[in-house]
Amino acid sequence: MSSTAIDLLVFAVLPYVTLVVFFLGTVGRYWNRPFSYSSYSSQFLENRFHFWAVVPFHYGILTVFAGHLVAFLVPRSILAWNAQPVRLYILEASGLAAGLLTLVGLVGIILRRYSEPKVRIVTSRMDWTVYALLLLQVTTGVLVAIFHPWGSSWFASVASPYLWSLFTFSPDLAFIAGMPWLVKLHIGGAFALFAVFPYSRLVHILVVPNPYLWRRPQVVRWYRPRPAGRGV
Amino acid sequence: MEVRSQIAMVFHLDKCIGCHTCSIACKNIWTDRKGAEYMWWNNVETKPGTGFPTEWENQEKYGGGWQRTPGGDLQLKSTDKRRVVTNIFHHPHQPSMDDYYEPWTYDYQNLFNAPEGQDQPTAIPISMVTGEYIDIKAGPNWDDDLSGSPVYAENDPNLAGLTEQQRSQLSAIERLVFFYFPRICNHCLNPACVAACPSGALYKRGEDGIVLLDQTRCRGWRSCISACPYKKVYYNWSTGKSEKCILCFPRVETGQAPACFHSCVGRIRYLGVLLYDASRLEEAAKSNPEDLVEAQRSLILDPHDPAVIEAARKSGVDDAVIDAAQRSPVYQFVKVWKLALPPHIEYRTMPMLFYVPPMAPVMAQRNGGRVDGISQDFFHDIDDARVPMQFLANLFGAGHEAPVRYALRKQKAVRWYRRMLTVGDVSQETASRMLREADCSPEEADAIYQLTSLCTVDDRYVIPPAHREEAIAMLEDPMEHKQGAGFGFIARPARGE
Repeated sequence: MSSTAIDLLVFAVLPYVTLVVFFLGTVGRYWNRPFSYSSYSSQFLENRFHFWAVVPFHYGILTVFAGHLVAFLVPRSILAWNAQPVRLYILEASGLAAGLLTLVGLVGIILRRYSEPKVRIVTSRMDWTVYALLLLQVTTGVLVAIFHPWGSSWFASVASPYLWSLFTFSPDLAFIAGMPWLVKLHIGGAFALFAVFPYSRLVHILVVPNPYLWRRPQVVRWYRPRPAGRGV
Repeated sequence: MEVRSQIAMVFHLDKCIGCHTCSIACKNIWTDRKGAEYMWWNNVETKPGTGFPTEWENQEKYGGGWQRTPGGDLQLKSTDKRRVVTNIFHHPHQPSMDDYYEPWTYDYQNLFNAPEGQDQPTAIPISMVTGEYIDIKAGPNWDDDLSGSPVYAENDPNLAGLTEQQRSQLSAIERLVFFYFPRICNHCLNPACVAACPSGALYKRGEDGIVLLDQTRCRGWRSCISACPYKKVYYNWSTGKSEKCILCFPRVETGQAPACFHSCVGRIRYLGVLLYDASRLEEAAKSNPEDLVEAQRSLILDPHDPAVIEAARKSGVDDAVIDAAQRSPVYQFVKVWKLALPPHIEYRTMPMLFYVPPMAPVMAQRNGGRVDGISQDFFHDIDDARVPMQFLANLFGAGHEAPVRYALRKQKAVRWYRRMLTVGDVSQETASRMLREADCSPEEADAIYQLTSLCTVDDRYVIPPAHREEAIAMLEDPMEHKQGAGFGFIARPARGE
């Protein structure tokens, strides 16, 4: 298969397959098996190493994800921010730091999952798949940041337009063609992660508790109708 | 006045023999499953002792319950909204399996299959988590009946404020003393677990106040485990969901007592309805520590009061529930006689399980272990007792002795009154004076005696009809449920991928 054919498959077809699988999979799972939505925390089984692995990983990946999201949504403001070299350096350095934090946390998570007998028991094959994909994704991300610097700028001029072209249903592979293989691997890995998302523990991201922040402290459920004018 | 009904409980500690039948009844019905093996929704602890999980009362360690802010507001101790969000990846106060125990079974096959050797083969313990052989380090009730004391018992947080002499006396050879402390979920009026749940999975049932956990909404954020100061919400490590005592609601809804109540050998357990004023709940929960017991009691309304009955009807409380509240043994013990006290009311969750403080070991101190003789101050031995008053006060009075002393004095007066009637070696004058000093009338003493000693099943458990059929009729077509069975949970509770 020629490289253009591979590009077409991975960067024009796979994203849509992923999108369909992601939406149908998550909604279907929420609808049919709400019981299976959980963080599947293992802190109960191992409480010390947990902190040093899970906390850096989550804060790291949340920062990295937020960076990608901002660059995707408002590429122009990122370019404007990067107009001054100092600000560019700050952005790049903090991005790399967050990436390394994620990597350290992820390696910790994998080691913990492997070496703690009790935690290994609750680690499924799908968990290992997710960890492998995440490891690939975070490693390539960090390597891209090191070997193809100023990503915060070129993301806005190359990757964002490509992603937007996907969402407008006119995939433009011209942006992809000139990308280094490391970046291509990173993008392809992202699609793979979204594809396994509905069938893995990653679904816990979709049920992060937000109504909690503005609900009343106590929750009461009534099974019979309440007389008019009576509160919860 | 916003009247609500609550199924409440009384455990009479003076009658508990520590047989653990309640725990086994519960275990066999509800927690004999993968991921739940270590849970004891009902457990019986020896006091003094560290309990289950170890040192659960140490809130410096576990950060459970509510506290008052300097401004007088109520705040969850370690699981308020800000900290639930920032600690969502790792709860610093969450107990781990080591704080409970690693459940195990035995390799019984080894008794038959072991190769011939010098020694008798043994049934080797196997972890029920990993399936590997384990060395058992601890288990539930490891310190049952003070075994291992004082190594374990001296870590009991309730020993705070006791003098060195009192502490050493507690564990002195041939003088040591203990009592049993059976515990289930308190189904609190102001539950910390419910308030801390980020998913809104925990809720209090409006009709009867039972606190439940919606398994399909639980996401395993685990805030409830840290929030409950009684450590009565458990994390199922297999399903990734939390679980807790459900007060056997399928039994209660069909008029049967919960399994732990039904199986209680010592007949220490009472269950009945309390009507309470929900509009004053927050104010009561914010009271000063010394007022907390009385503040909680003041929430409980007199079910015979016409004004209360009218308000209850207006709030949608069924007539059958009001009738059950009028016959409630819990109302007698808690509100009328003031014999039953809430455990650790200083956690401010307003628990709805009350305890009659234990009497027997208290009496036995005087005269080398014999029941004391008659002195002019009939109640002195309550303060001279082997179980120091401060210890009981830390458990049942938020550190304040007055409510505990009141309950013990009344219990003692009733005993002496009964002794006057049955044995006859106590003069009527003495018995009357003791009743008077203990704030008790002969009629009340008779009633206490009746409900303590001669109570039938129907006296102990006054369960209101749940009228679930009305609930179903309002929500859906009753014909759909005509041949239905079960609790509406269709999917198998299996761990997701």
